[in-house]
Amino acid sequence: MGWHKKVLRVNLSNGSCQAEPLNMEWAAEYLGQRGLATKYLIEEIDARVDPLSPENKLIFATGPLTGTMASTSGRYSVITKGALTGAIACSNSGGYFGAELKFAGWDMIIFEGRAAAPVYLYIKDDSVELLPADDLWGKSVWETDELLHSRHQDPQLRVSAIGQSGEQGVLYACVVNDLHRAAGRSGVGTVMGSKNLKAIAVRGTKGVTVKDPARFMRAVAEKKQILAENAVTGQGLPTYGTQVLMNVINEVGALPTKNAADVQFDGASKISGEAMHEPRGKSNKPNLVTNQACFGCTIACGRISKVDQDHYTVVNRPEYWGASGGLEYEAAWALGAATGVDDLEALTFANFVCNEQGFDPITFGSTMGAAMELYRMGLISKEETGGVALDFGSAEALTTMAELVGRGEGFGKVLGLGSKRMCEKYGHPELSMTVKGQEFPAYDPRGIQGMGLTYATSNRGACHLRSYTVASEILGIPEKTDPLATEGKAGLVKAFQDATAAVDSTGLCLFTTFAWSLDDFQPQVDAACDGEWSLERLSELGERIWNMERQFNMAAGFTGKDDTLPQRLLKDAAKTGPAKGKVNGLDQMLPEYYQLRGWDEGGTPTRETLSRLGL
Amino acid sequence: MMRSLSITPEKCTGCLQCEMACSYENEGVFNPAKSRIKVFMFEHEGRHVPYTCTQCADAWCKNACPTEAIQINAATGAKEINQGLCVGCKVCTIACPFGTVNYNQATGKVIKCDLCGGDPACAKACPTQAITFVDADWTGYDKMRSWAQRTDTQTTAQA
Repeated sequence: MGWHKKVLRVNLSNGSCQAEPLNMEWAAEYLGQRGLATKYLIEEIDARVDPLSPENKLIFATGPLTGTMASTSGRYSVITKGALTGAIACSNSGGYFGAELKFAGWDMIIFEGRAAAPVYLYIKDDSVELLPADDLWGKSVWETDELLHSRHQDPQLRVSAIGQSGEQGVLYACVVNDLHRAAGRSGVGTVMGSKNLKAIAVRGTKGVTVKDPARFMRAVAEKKQILAENAVTGQGLPTYGTQVLMNVINEVGALPTKNAADVQFDGASKISGEAMHEPRGKSNKPNLVTNQACFGCTIACGRISKVDQDHYTVVNRPEYWGASGGLEYEAAWALGAATGVDDLEALTFANFVCNEQGFDPITFGSTMGAAMELYRMGLISKEETGGVALDFGSAEALTTMAELVGRGEGFGKVLGLGSKRMCEKYGHPELSMTVKGQEFPAYDPRGIQGMGLTYATSNRGACHLRSYTVASEILGIPEKTDPLATEGKAGLVKAFQDATAAVDSTGLCLFTTFAWSLDDFQPQVDAACDGEWSLERLSELGERIWNMERQFNMAAGFTGKDDTLPQRLLKDAAKTGPAKGKVNGLDQMLPEYYQLRGWDEGGTPTRETLSRLGL
Repeated sequence: MMRSLSITPEKCTGCLQCEMACSYENEGVFNPAKSRIKVFMFEHEGRHVPYTCTQCADAWCKNACPTEAIQINAATGAKEINQGLCVGCKVCTIACPFGTVNYNQATGKVIKCDLCGGDPACAKACPTQAITFVDADWTGYDKMRSWAQRTDTQTTAQA
């Protein structure tokens, strides 16, 4: 229960769609979603495969609590070998698609091979068909969504799709569902594009049941109350979204600015969550229209925005006048602070384009920041960019390039490589703000030391969603630690990484952890799922998943040497703010981290550790 | 006191907790496809609107039913489907001007909101009070109160 115990296996090379039983022995060890799908991937592919070859597989996975009445139960993840990184990729998305897939009776879909011509998968409960998508190829996510709703004459259909960027091989393409929710990072959409798979359209009418409904209903009601009463999940996130952080992180001197040359941004308040509430333009209405929940979510942090109709980006372009997915903190940072652009409307427009054409605003914004630095150094010329001056702070450069990346055209092809490959191309790999090929997000490790270790050791390349120590170091959750200290951070990072891996395997959202600990997940998981799910079992499961992902990366060719940070964060001290004079003290944290993990000095899990975890 | 469901769309976030609560209460499964209440998303306007039966006093569905399967629950005022009498003719689904009575293929009968016998699960599950269960004679009470609060009596007194 919780699970449907059913997997859909789709071979794109020969067109077969087969139902098979979920491996319940693995489910007992890895629960669902991130953990379970990663186990499937590792068992089924050679870690050394080219991510864009037919030998790579692409898994859409729900968790056992997806589609239940537990708060935030709308989550699913896309698991594959990442196009951007060559490492394990696992990108989590909300919206309504994941729950709908579950309602149709499927725990996960495994895509294999490559279709000879573009296709999409249509699921109506047990009925599954691969259908031609020639007429959808070349369309945006938004157009694809509309066309599929109209073709199947079903307004309740949920669609997950790639845009043109994923078709064109932009290496950080997303999979976007419900118009503006995305499995965003590591190029999972690029892998989907390489398989000639345009979209999945699903309609489910079977529903989800749990093991002990009465106990489950009591547990979820109690835990929803905790979310409602918590200051972050009950007030901060619904009011400002994750954008509640923009001014906070700038104040503490941890907002990476202009390709991480600085740690504070003069324009931060102009692109903040507070600014999104300010009336503006002729309409005198704010950028923010409303907040919006994903399926089952009682927090509702999502932003729904409109671009000011007089803004240069949308003049005579009514297709961008409607309300759509607005700026989250990471996107506002990447499109704004990383590039020095403080025009909220331009950022909102660029964010719309990221959703419309399906590419990751974090990697795009950070890559733009690096391109602007290369341009300033005279290494990128106006001839290459089609006459656009890539100056820091130029809103026009940002929005023009967003559209080019979206279509994979012109200089968008270069930017579409991501900053690692782009900076290597211009002979300055040190200007790429990446770890394991993936751009780090909106927290500068000079001002928040634990995030340095988080980025360096993240299994999917630099990421904030693998151990969000910002919660402890800045917000004091579960307890306050000094953001400028390195002491104790190794243990903090390990604890957050393991708990996060468990949470990501349930079907619920990581944002609940501002208010919940694993203790709060345990009664919900235990009441929903077959077997007995103790706190110890959930904790161990998280650690097992972390080590399994590490094993995949090592088999793919990564070593302890890749557990590092861009030199800028290790050598160039912060110039302003509370962290002034600080670099990141990674070398003070990493050896202790390896030790706590039960890994050797080179970062390889020891035999004892692997056997303790049953790996 | 007789109560009615009161819906305030501007408070709705689109989480669909109400649809799950409804399907669980009535069908024992989390399944929005079997919910008697639906939340409609007007994406380009950023609006979410929950919609269900308003329990008309002189109900079109009840008047149209040829088998008298739609009966009034005296305690709640809800128009309830007697599943034993319903023959699935769907005339009520045509008669209802609002579309809130629907046919259920699985049972061959129609389904509609019955106020869960006087304790509607959707209202209990709604995290933002977009759906409330209030005094049937005062469904406008909260709206009146919020406008009353906005009335600037101080300025008026000084003028």
